[in-house]
Amino acid sequence: MARVAAPVAPLSNIESEAKLAFVEFLLTSVDVQESARRAIDWLVAHVAVSEAAVLVVEGPGTEILLVAEHGIPAGTIVDFSLARDDSRHPLVEALNAAETLYIQNLPTHHPSPLESRTLHAIPLRADASEPTYGLLLVAGIGPQLDSDTLWVGRTLGKHVSRLLGRQVLAETRFGQERMLLYSIINAVTDPILLTDTEGKLIIANSHAEKLFAAPEEASEGWRRAAALNNMLFSAALSTSAVSMSELARRELLLVDPLEGSDLLFELLSSRAKDERQGTYVVSILRNVTDLARAKEEIEESYRTLRVAQAEVRDERHRLDLIIDSVADPILVTDQEGDIVLMNTPAERLFNAPGLEDEAALRRVRANGANLTSFVSNVLTRSGEQRYRGEIQLTDPLIGRPLPVEALAGTILSEQGELMWVVTILHDLTEAIEKARLYEQLKQASVELERKVQEATAELAEQNELLRRQHIALEQASALKSQFLANMSHEFRTPLNAILGYTHMLLNNVTGQVTDPQRKSLTRIDSNAKHLLALINDILDITRIEAGRMPLNATTFRVSELFEEVQSELEPIIKRSNLIVSTKQRGAVPSVRSDRQKVKQIVLNLLSNALKFTPAGSVTMTASYEARRREVAIAVKDTGVGIPAEDQAKVFEDFRQLDSSPARGYGGTGLGLSICRRLANMLGGTIDLDSSPGHGSTFTLRLPAKARRR
Amino acid sequence: MSARERPLVLVVEDYQDAREMYAAYLQFSGYGVAEAANGVEAVEKAQELLPDIVLMDLALPRMDGWEATRRLKADPRTRHIPVVALTGHALAGHAEGAREAGCDAFVTKPCLPDALVAEIQRLLDRQPTKSDNKASSPTTRTARKRP
Repeated sequence: MARVAAPVAPLSNIESEAKLAFVEFLLTSVDVQESARRAIDWLVAHVAVSEAAVLVVEGPGTEILLVAEHGIPAGTIVDFSLARDDSRHPLVEALNAAETLYIQNLPTHHPSPLESRTLHAIPLRADASEPTYGLLLVAGIGPQLDSDTLWVGRTLGKHVSRLLGRQVLAETRFGQERMLLYSIINAVTDPILLTDTEGKLIIANSHAEKLFAAPEEASEGWRRAAALNNMLFSAALSTSAVSMSELARRELLLVDPLEGSDLLFELLSSRAKDERQGTYVVSILRNVTDLARAKEEIEESYRTLRVAQAEVRDERHRLDLIIDSVADPILVTDQEGDIVLMNTPAERLFNAPGLEDEAALRRVRANGANLTSFVSNVLTRSGEQRYRGEIQLTDPLIGRPLPVEALAGTILSEQGELMWVVTILHDLTEAIEKARLYEQLKQASVELERKVQEATAELAEQNELLRRQHIALEQASALKSQFLANMSHEFRTPLNAILGYTHMLLNNVTGQVTDPQRKSLTRIDSNAKHLLALINDILDITRIEAGRMPLNATTFRVSELFEEVQSELEPIIKRSNLIVSTKQRGAVPSVRSDRQKVKQIVLNLLSNALKFTPAGSVTMTASYEARRREVAIAVKDTGVGIPAEDQAKVFEDFRQLDSSPARGYGGTGLGLSICRRLANMLGGTIDLDSSPGHGSTFTLRLPAKARRR
Repeated sequence: MSARERPLVLVVEDYQDAREMYAAYLQFSGYGVAEAANGVEAVEKAQELLPDIVLMDLALPRMDGWEATRRLKADPRTRHIPVVALTGHALAGHAEGAREAGCDAFVTKPCLPDALVAEIQRLLDRQPTKSDNKASSPTTRTARKRP
């Protein structure tokens, strides 16, 4: 072991740490060349030397060797050689000189390891009385040799003389033993320190150095951490010193200088007594940071486990509640097919606690057997996740058949091994009943459909029959109409002759007729005309019924129609001694309709009024109902009136309340019937308002604008 | 054609009673009368006699009234002669057909003799080339009376 207290006092402005490091290196080094190289590196780093070299004398009368250099080309190194006995060579002179030489302009015939011909040659020796073992050559720093270079020369000189001097052997052996011990300490992974009782550091292995000594290039943080660790360590040690125990064991919290994280150590310190140097304290620090962390982690996972256990318990409880609340039976069986869990509805089927009835117990056993066979099916089909089937069970209590749908799922272990089978049973009674009802409904529906189809077919048949009958009827009707039209024509031809000849006779074309003859001829004429009127009316009705009455719409004014009708009936009006007047209430627009037909209706109504009014007046009134866009033509008389019960009859065919030809021109009894038919054809109506003794009012209502038919 | 004393009416009618009745009344009323019983005869008589007016029944044997009228109106010699159509069918089609065939007037049977005479006189009065016409037969009321 080496003493840290170096014999060299730091004098220069260069950091003492750098020098300390150099000295420490030399302490551990037993190789001249290594030491020389380290010295030159130090100079290059701290002093601005351009070239440097170390020459060593191997032994008396031998060559001088170049062991270390800086800034020298490779060729020069190889070429250089200098003999110890070349006494005229300035470097050999320097070797023998008492002081450091400053050689200027070295002649070129003298070989030199340096390129520069001006250099300092520092002899390497322990002190002036000792023999010189070599030279330190330095160039490029000017004539003045600085104290640092001089210090390096002295230090290296002492080291080299120690290594190469007479005591070298013994010292080297001691040094080697020391090195061995040092490397053993270093090999220990725990930090080891040797301190005095105050905690002042004497020796530390490399692991301890990391914690307690910051190197020169260390950051500020590192240095502070090291200082803090020193403080903590001293404090810990002083408490242990107080306890005075031989082997103190305690925990020490330090700071990792590189990471900045906390490190927990177990500190073992023991006292060692050295008679020469007093009492020391040897401390070993064991890093238990990871241990503490592991312990914490274990505690944490234990806590987590406890919480998880509690959760699992809660979960299990909830699950039980849920399973029991499900109305469908749920069972869990193991891989042997034994039931390990079931809810209350399942228990009713497979357990039946408290049942004494032999039949009920038999049913429970039968249910169990059925379930077992289902589950064994599931077990053999282990590849499938779900399995669906139907089981025939029996209600144990009442013995009612209970068909159920079974849905099974398998639960596998993590290794894929089948652990349990969960089976849910669903009562199918209702579903089966529904299906049965549905089937009945379907059959009823089919039956209904069949009946509807039959009825439809029958209807279609009847429709066809009706259609044929309709065609036949239409044909018959057309034939009838044609027949009537022809008949009326055939009637007319002879009637034309009768009327014509009677007319001629009455006009004395064939000579003068007597008064009794004239009376008879007049009767013939009158009856022939009545017959003609009947034929004309029948023809009209026939045409209307057959839809062969053509409509010819024109626009005309009702007032003009009134005048025409009046003038046409002028002779009859004169003879009747009635006051006939026309009126218009409000503005009456022109009418678009079949003028001929409207006129025929009005003519008919007026002549009827004249016929059935013995005295008084007949009034024709035109008005317009804007709301319904209807023109109304009312023919009001002061005649006999019609009793309410007969009012409907007057519009019937061949209906005349007073069948005698009243004033010598009897009607056919078809007039009002035709009028109503014509009015309907024109889109209008005819109404009657009458009471006996108060006259009658016939009102024709027509759309102002007849729609096209 | 030389001016006649009395205007000549050609009465075309297949029903003898009616034909003779109209002829008798026309003669009584102061007209000259020629008669034809069918369409063929009507065309021949008209071309031969060139009457002042033709009274044409439409329903005729051998050739109907429409065709006879068309022939008369197609002949330059007879084209100017007015034709009064006479029919028992009061159907609209008959009147239209008669006008298309070239009839100048249309009378529906039954037609009293004096009404027929009035219609004939009305047409003759319209003819500008006709000479004085002393025939002024007694006119009776023509309105058809209906209940």
